[in-house]
Amino acid sequence: MMASVNLLMALLLLTTLVAGLWRVLRGPTPADRMLAAQLFGTTAVASLLLLAQATGTAALRDVALVFALLAAVTVVAFVRRAWRGGRP
Amino acid sequence: MTVIELLSTVLLCLGAFFFVAGTVGLLRFPDVFTRLHALTKADNVGLGLVVAGLALQAPSPAVAGKLLLIWLLVVVASATACNLVAQAALRRGIVPWKR
Repeated sequence: MMASVNLLMALLLLTTLVAGLWRVLRGPTPADRMLAAQLFGTTAVASLLLLAQATGTAALRDVALVFALLAAVTVVAFVRRAWRGGRP
Repeated sequence: MTVIELLSTVLLCLGAFFFVAGTVGLLRFPDVFTRLHALTKADNVGLGLVVAGLALQAPSPAVAGKLLLIWLLVVVASATACNLVAQAALRRGIVPWKR
């Protein structure tokens, strides 16, 4: 019972992720695209945790942890390195 | 369905609602700053509610603690990232949206 609830929620979160791709497509600034990527990070963490619970795969929680770390590093690298110079 | 399961389902649904709200904000708001506002707050509350719902189903207290730690990491990282992006946008001369 709870497994199907969890799977349904994970599916819903993945749907919002697909909707967020629209912002990546449109921009208009690189920061907007990066924000969408940050949204994907948070959503991916949530859906991975849900999948870990639904399928009983404890390793997926570690994957979620790595995603959380990578999202932070990505944004810092973007602000410090990528988003300087060129067009606004 | 036990009380715990019901409570967990309610928390998961609330969390999903906040995620949907965050995505709608990202799609609909007019500039970088308002989108930051939608994302970093709505999403972290959404993740917090999902984590709370999952912690109720967790097989052991250790797993629940790990979920909590993941949430704390995401909250700290996202607050830092929000500040960095907002400062960078201001430095680059992006004017905050006014009606």
